[in-house]
Amino acid sequence: MTFDVAAVRADFPILHRSVRGGSPLIYLDSGATAQKPLPVLDAERDFYTQHNAAAHRGAHLLGEEATDAYEDARARVAAFIGADPGEIVFTRNATEAANLVAYSISNASVAGPGPGGRRAGVPAAGQLAIGPGDEVLITELEHHANLVPWQQLCERTGATLRWFGVTGEGRVDLSEIGTLVSERTKIVAVTHQSNVTGAMPPVEQIAAAAHAVGALVVLDGAQSVPHHPVDVMRTGADFLFFSGHKMLAPTGVGVLWGRRELLAAMPPFITGGSMIEVVRMEGTTFLPPPQRFEAGVPAVAQAVGLAAACDYLDAVGMANVAAHEEMLTARALDALSEIPGVRILGPLTTRDRGGAVSFTVDEIHPHDVGQVLDELGIAVRTGHHCAWPLHRALGVQASTRASFYLYNTADEVDALADGIRTAQKFFGGA
Amino acid sequence: MQLESMYQEIILDHYRHPHHRGLREPFDAAVHHVNPTCGDEITLRVTLKDAGGEPAVADVSYEALGCSISQASVSVLADMVIGRPVSEAMEISAAFVELMHSRGATEPDEDVLGDAVAFAGVAKYPARIKCALLGWMAWKDATAQALAADAVTQAPGDSDWERT
Repeated sequence: MTFDVAAVRADFPILHRSVRGGSPLIYLDSGATAQKPLPVLDAERDFYTQHNAAAHRGAHLLGEEATDAYEDARARVAAFIGADPGEIVFTRNATEAANLVAYSISNASVAGPGPGGRRAGVPAAGQLAIGPGDEVLITELEHHANLVPWQQLCERTGATLRWFGVTGEGRVDLSEIGTLVSERTKIVAVTHQSNVTGAMPPVEQIAAAAHAVGALVVLDGAQSVPHHPVDVMRTGADFLFFSGHKMLAPTGVGVLWGRRELLAAMPPFITGGSMIEVVRMEGTTFLPPPQRFEAGVPAVAQAVGLAAACDYLDAVGMANVAAHEEMLTARALDALSEIPGVRILGPLTTRDRGGAVSFTVDEIHPHDVGQVLDELGIAVRTGHHCAWPLHRALGVQASTRASFYLYNTADEVDALADGIRTAQKFFGGA
Repeated sequence: MQLESMYQEIILDHYRHPHHRGLREPFDAAVHHVNPTCGDEITLRVTLKDAGGEPAVADVSYEALGCSISQASVSVLADMVIGRPVSEAMEISAAFVELMHSRGATEPDEDVLGDAVAFAGVAKYPARIKCALLGWMAWKDATAQALAADAVTQAPGDSDWERT
């Protein structure tokens, strides 16, 4: 199928509204959240208007339909990344998924004596325990969502946090991999694609090194799954997580994929209804995964929307999405490189690189750059993009980020470059 | 473009040529404030003095990293409060905070706010209000600390602002 950006844009009503001063909207902030196409909105509305009920409860027809819709959504998401539906846990977002893994491991670590510890309610939990002397390895490029949960896990358990540094080009510096990955390493958590520099680390290589010492590999797919074809079995990861709202789906639904035997051994994170097997006043046993990790009435309509987003993206073709974004990214890298005073934080070619283009403009604070662009109808992100240590490592306080998706056009990239020049004129003058 | 309504000439002037910048000794209290959404930060010191029995602002000195709005705002703040009684400076600060939260709906009182009225346009952009307030919140915090520290070191009943 050939890719037609005009046809894609017709499916996104918001792209046709105007913003400040009547300018057409140029939305270059999909790294923060993506816009939603009509088929996704229709699917969510259809669920609410025809099938709404609490999933996994109720002895009535709507309850059955809602349960089917939810479980069908799970299967659809599984197919999108080449996984088994039983290995897909719906969460609130990517951040919650990362916390789920981190808290489950710390729950396993405090679950009392012996394998599994009776308090964990899961026979095999003890094998996941970590403590003093153990190490959790991350990278300096991480979004706070794949950084703070591990930092906190280490604080709770006494394990030590270590990290790969960042190269001047904004990639993971693997030069120390031989010493950083050791027998002490229990968890390696790494981004699949930086939300700031766009760098895509060689995760297969990192996973192989981690597995050689028996460590678990957690992959942050928040910026990769929406933008590239991802076959989870080929990544080498033990866990992969991502958010629905960054891939055309509604807010409020995210995904954790985990290897079946690991999920089976993990104690729960959030507890309550829907996730129990038997509850007595003296103690509780839990359902198998994925239900063990889905306490409370789930976000069914949002999951249905996510399934529709998977349908939409697959109909366009993820290879087409990736190719289109690579074209836009290359154009942006070229256009911005030509502007004196602009520094791109990240690789200057599209090799192993996604479509987040962060940059600084000499003598103009990112907030002020963003304000001028906003005045021109161009929506970008400014600040540290939830990656403060990365900015510090790159020697900048903050940056402006343009990020692309399947609905962006080459003209919009050119407008970004013109907008940066306008900002330079505005702040450079007199 | 509407940009000029936010970036008034006064603001750009203060941004390009900030007043009272730098960290000076001595000082009575110092604070470090951060805007967590963008990483902007400011270190601000306050020195108080006695002015006829009530505390007054002797100096405000600062180092700040941030956008034009936050930089200009603290520069204007220093201009406005240095030399004034703390009570009067607090009134200006309260008026400025009110202006920032007005969403552009209230007409600022130039008699109270002086050059700070130039920030009225910023109030229309919710994302930038914290930028404009960064320095003012730091000043308020530092001044409160300086007053509290002074109250602790003074004997009970000793209400004057004589300093040794």
